[in-house]
Amino acid sequence: MSEGVHVLVIDDEAQIRRFLRISLEASGYHVLEALTGGEGITRAAQHRPDIIILDLGLPDLDGLEVLRRLREWTATPVIILSVRDDDQGKVAALDAGADDYLTKPFSTDELLARIRVALRHARPEAQDSTFRVDELEVDFSRRTVTLRGEGVKLTPTEYALLRLMIQHAGKVLTHQQILRAVWGPEYVNETHYLRVYFAQLRQKLEDNPALPKRLITEPGVGYRLRVEIT
Amino acid sequence: MSENRPDPDALLAAIQDQEQRQGRGKLKVFFGMAAGVGKTYAMLDAAHARKSEGVDVVVGYVETHKRAETDALLEGLEIIPRQKVEYRGTTMEEMDLDAILARRPLLVLVDELAHTNVPGTRHPKRYQDVIELLDAGINVYTTINVQHFESRADTVKQITGITVHETVPDSIIDLADEIELIDLSPEDLRRRLAEGKVYVPDKVETAANNFFRVGNLTALREMALRLTAERVDHQLQNYMQIKRIAGPWKSGERLLVAVGPSPFSEQLIRWTRRMAYNLEADWLAVYVETSRALTADQRATLTRNLELARDLGAEVVTTAGDDIPGTLLNIARQRNVAQVVMGKPVHSPLRDALRGGSPVDKVVRASGNIDVFVVTGNPAPTSTPLFKLDTRQTSNLSQYGIALLAMIALTVFELFLVDLASYQLFGLLDLLVVLIVAVYLGRGPAILAAGVSALAWNFLFIEPRFTFQISQAQDVLLLVLYFAIALFAGNLTARIRTQERQARANAERTMALYTLAHEIASAVDMDDVLRSAVAQIGRIFNGDVAILLAQDGALNQTPHPCSSLAMDERELGAAQWAFENERSAGRHTDTLPSAAGRYIPLRTSAGSVGVLGLRLREDERLTFDQEALLETFTNQVALVIERELLDQAAEQAAMLRESERLYTALLNSISHELRTPIATIGGAASGLLNPATASDSTNRTALVQDIQIAAERLNRLVENLLDMSRLESGRLTLKREWCDVCDLFGAAVQRMVGALGERPLQIDCPPDLPLVQMDFVLVEQVIVNLLDNIRNYTPPTTRVDLRAEVADGDLLIRVMDDGPGIPNAELERIFEKFHRIPGTPTGGTGLGLSISRGLVEAHGGKLTAENRVPNGASFVIRLPMGAAPPPVKEAAL
Repeated sequence: MSEGVHVLVIDDEAQIRRFLRISLEASGYHVLEALTGGEGITRAAQHRPDIIILDLGLPDLDGLEVLRRLREWTATPVIILSVRDDDQGKVAALDAGADDYLTKPFSTDELLARIRVALRHARPEAQDSTFRVDELEVDFSRRTVTLRGEGVKLTPTEYALLRLMIQHAGKVLTHQQILRAVWGPEYVNETHYLRVYFAQLRQKLEDNPALPKRLITEPGVGYRLRVEIT
Repeated sequence: MSENRPDPDALLAAIQDQEQRQGRGKLKVFFGMAAGVGKTYAMLDAAHARKSEGVDVVVGYVETHKRAETDALLEGLEIIPRQKVEYRGTTMEEMDLDAILARRPLLVLVDELAHTNVPGTRHPKRYQDVIELLDAGINVYTTINVQHFESRADTVKQITGITVHETVPDSIIDLADEIELIDLSPEDLRRRLAEGKVYVPDKVETAANNFFRVGNLTALREMALRLTAERVDHQLQNYMQIKRIAGPWKSGERLLVAVGPSPFSEQLIRWTRRMAYNLEADWLAVYVETSRALTADQRATLTRNLELARDLGAEVVTTAGDDIPGTLLNIARQRNVAQVVMGKPVHSPLRDALRGGSPVDKVVRASGNIDVFVVTGNPAPTSTPLFKLDTRQTSNLSQYGIALLAMIALTVFELFLVDLASYQLFGLLDLLVVLIVAVYLGRGPAILAAGVSALAWNFLFIEPRFTFQISQAQDVLLLVLYFAIALFAGNLTARIRTQERQARANAERTMALYTLAHEIASAVDMDDVLRSAVAQIGRIFNGDVAILLAQDGALNQTPHPCSSLAMDERELGAAQWAFENERSAGRHTDTLPSAAGRYIPLRTSAGSVGVLGLRLREDERLTFDQEALLETFTNQVALVIERELLDQAAEQAAMLRESERLYTALLNSISHELRTPIATIGGAASGLLNPATASDSTNRTALVQDIQIAAERLNRLVENLLDMSRLESGRLTLKREWCDVCDLFGAAVQRMVGALGERPLQIDCPPDLPLVQMDFVLVEQVIVNLLDNIRNYTPPTTRVDLRAEVADGDLLIRVMDDGPGIPNAELERIFEKFHRIPGTPTGGTGLGLSISRGLVEAHGGKLTAENRVPNGASFVIRLPMGAAPPPVKEAAL
């Protein structure tokens, strides 16, 4: 699925660009490079890449600003690169329309997985009426959830949460995005709702709720439904 | 041989004198016997000569009195405009000291050294202005007449009958580097006077003519010549000492003058000063304080006398004792005094005889090898009255009234009893009341009561009654005895009371000092000390107190918050001057006396550390005693401030040492921690570049894995360093939110699961655990650090347990292992930065535990380590739970 896909890397560090180019080209992507935010925006406009990898720390423009300017005219998926102790930056970027993030240092596997998720969500496809991962199956038309063939009883809120996570499977969702989508815009600060409901969901859906495999907490950022997409 | 050896003290003094003169301005005094000899003219003449040599000369203040020839000499000299000072509605002109200091000439001319400045200028006397100019390194030419020297003032008065008000201390002549006597024969001066060349204010022309009599002028001329000669003699002595020329060295004689609260003491002091000067001797002025209390007038005179003595260069000693002669001689022997100066007694010989001889007689008798000079004083115009009520203890009129009323009441009471008791009993009753009066009202009222009661008793009760006659001889004796006993007992009682009061005052003073010392010793910090000092000083002196501290070498213009004295511009000016010049300023001092408060520099060995201001609620001069007490207090306060500053400096030095230690530890640890992964990466990379090694796929994978591990290690180190710097810079802000502890465990383990390898992991998290407010990311980081610690220091198959529980309103998170545990002595030390238990493997950054503790403490919690039974270590995070979480809502779908 990476055939003919163009990736624009906006990063001022030559070594990061080089490492990204090698990894991505080895996986069959075409790589475009931009050294500054300004150049990145121009290249994005000229070459219409399929996905953009954007470093938040750029010399000329704030990465967030680059993202905003891109989002003014394009919905191309954007994955941001950030450092660990900049949770606020990540959240701001995600809320401003970034599709996902990677914390430096990251592995090639992580990067490729994120790209695949982002590309998949970018391609409008007919939504399946069922979702299946491991032994969990959700039938949206009938609103049923089964685990290892047995029906799981979810409250309406739990179901709404699960459906949202499945719609964005593999992608990170910030606390605000989830709260806004499920509870409504006036609840965006009630993060403790999420703590309670995710704990409940894990109790019902995870083999070991203390060590979840699917409903993953992204500390300081949000949650992610982990799926393997190839 | 040894006779010729220079006295080392004298030599040192001479050298110090020289040193002191370096860097300060030179003073030249044009000196004459009287007005009109041409001092100003000579000074201007000399100034022109200097100017022609290229010296920067300005005129600070010269009064030509419109004499044409003098006026002409002013031409060509730069004149600093005088300042105008408003005083009681008139504008007066004074020398502008600040303008001269700002102009900084090399030489300034200041006429009439003895001039008294208009109140409101900085110093009351012009000579004090001159001293400040000299201190500022400016050379000064000035003029003065002989009668203006303090020690000559009374001689001048004796000769001419004129009281000299404008005087300068004799010590100013010691400051002079050069003295030029402007001499003129009396006849020439009188001729000049006749020609109108001498300025004389119109009104006092007759008086002036009286003054300028040939006899007077001759006497003044002799004084001027003698003073100059003495001075020259001095200079010669000094010169010889510095050049080590052996000569008739003086023996370092010392004089002692007894000073009391009498105006006569002033003459004694001047006399002694002259003698000491001529003998080149040190001199002491000694006041012996007895149990007799002084009146306000006497106290004022005493303070004036002692100040005069100090101004004239005496060392002032005050001591206590009722035996004046004995005390004086004691001091004389202790201080190796060769000559004692005393005043001739003015009391009647009879009184002295009754007391076993006058103090002078006693001193002379007991003096041994000490010479005693007995000096006659002029009977002061305000001579003591022949009979004077002994006012050792001052009683006011109302007290006399009360005494009188008491006696009248008693007599009326006795009148009722007259038929019941004999009149002798009334005498005893009266005596009792007189004693009571003596105790509570003092001596005067007691004497009054004794007199009144004796008369009343006689008149009303002694036969024949209602006459002052007495029929029986026995009754006469009784009455006389009664009066004598009443007087004696009253006197005695009153004296006991005075002594008791004095003892109390002394005790209070001692107590005050003790309290201050005690409070200072026990005070936690400087603010405490200053607060208690301000309170104590304010209470004892009945005044308002301000403390201004120095900051970076300058006086902070805002008083310390504990101060009770408000500071305005003028007060601040005085405080600033006191601070800069390290001398007292303000009220009752020589500098800026118009200020309301007195400002005393807080002096330490390292210079002024601030200023203490004191404004008395009643504007009185402090007595000598109070001065001494105030000085003790300020010294105490200064000492404390100095101690505090030293403490701060020591603390800073300790901090510096600690930070150096940490820096070294950091460098050692970091360089090791950095080098190992870098070496790994470098080595692996070169291996991969080598075709021989890289061709084997197993090798390649191994090398790449090495690089990956090394990179992770480097990343951890950098993260730790960043965390540490965030913690230490205080820029760490917690993002508290409601957290699910199980979620926290999950997230931490997620990150560490690979690193923990084969270690079995057990998570024990009760599902009913409530949400707790904390910074999820930071507490997760703590758990990650603790797990990382286990990974670094336990064998690869150690069990790991994560457990959460609620106990005593706290959330307890335990991170446990069943590894070797931690030596008990190290349980606390492992939280120190870069501390490593001896003998453990390297690999950690030495920061993880320290950071973890910092993060937990930022949450108001505690992180401790303990050992488990039978083996293993347990790290316990204790976090306060706080309030219960808010309720959760279902989504409205």
